Amino acid sequence: MAKAPAFNQLRCSFPSNSVNEALARSIAASFTAQMNPTCEEVSDIKCAVSEAVTNAIVHGYRDSIGEIVLSLRLDQDRTLTAEIRDRGCGIANVEEAMRPLFTTDPEHERSGMGFTIIENFMDSLRVVSSPGKGTRVIMKKKLSMLPIQK
Amino acid sequence: MNADLESLKSITSGKSLTIYLEGDIDHHSARQIRSRIDTRVYIQRPDELVLDLSRVCFMDSSGLGLILGRYAKAVELGIAFKVANPTPEIRRILDLAGTERLIKIETANPAAQRAGRYAR
Repeated sequence: MAKAPAFNQLRCSFPSNSVNEALARSIAASFTAQMNPTCEEVSDIKCAVSEAVTNAIVHGYRDSIGEIVLSLRLDQDRTLTAEIRDRGCGIANVEEAMRPLFTTDPEHERSGMGFTIIENFMDSLRVVSSPGKGTRVIMKKKLSMLPIQK
Repeated sequence: MNADLESLKSITSGKSLTIYLEGDIDHHSARQIRSRIDTRVYIQRPDELVLDLSRVCFMDSSGLGLILGRYAKAVELGIAFKVANPTPEIRRILDLAGTERLIKIETANPAAQRAGRYAR
C-alpha cells in the first residue's frame, strides 16, 4: 500500500563538528514550527535531536569528521519523524548502548542518558546500526491536536 | 545561541559561591563551561557551590554530565553542592536521571532571583 504523501519534508547534511549540534536542533524546531506545536513539544524535539546528533559526533565519528544526514518529515496526521544518520563506526550492541547510564566515554563526563532521554521525550525510537558502516536513529512524535476553532 | 562564556556571572556570599550558567549547555559548550567553573572553584575554594540554572535556555544529557561531574568534584574537595532554579524543561531531564537522590535542587524565592539579575 502506498504511503500518503508527507505534509512536508526536509533533508540536510553537515559535518560532524560539535558546533552543528545547535544548528541541527534549531533546524528541527523551525521545521516543526509550521505545525503549531506546543512549547513543550518543541523543547522535547530539540533535546532528542541534539542527543542523536551528539551521539553521531561523539561515538560514531569519534576523532574524525564525517557527514551527518538529518531527515525530517511531517505527516498530515501531525506525526514528526526525524532520522539522524552517520557513516561512522556503528554500535556493536545496540541493546547495551540504549541502557540508561551506559557510556563508552565516562572520562569526558558523558552521562549515558542520551537514548533514555530520546525514549522519554519522543513516542518511538528505533536504532539501526552495523559496526563499521554507521548508525541510523529514527524517532517519531505525534504532535497534539490544535484547539478546535469555533 | 551559546552565551558569552568569557563572563560566567557569579555572586559570592560569605563562603558560598553561586555561578549563573547561561545560554545553551550541550556537548559543544560543556567543555568550556566546565573548565570555567572548575577554575573558579579552585581559585576561590568556597564552602558551598551553587549552580544557578535559571538563565539556561537549553540543556541535554551533556549538561547532565556537567552537573554530575561538578558534584563529583565538589565531593572530592569537601565542598557542599546545590543546583538552583532549573526551568521546567531542565527539571524533567534532572528528574529522569534521578539527580535529586544525589544533589539538592533548590527553587529560590523571588528576592533571590532578583538578586541574581544583578550578578556580575
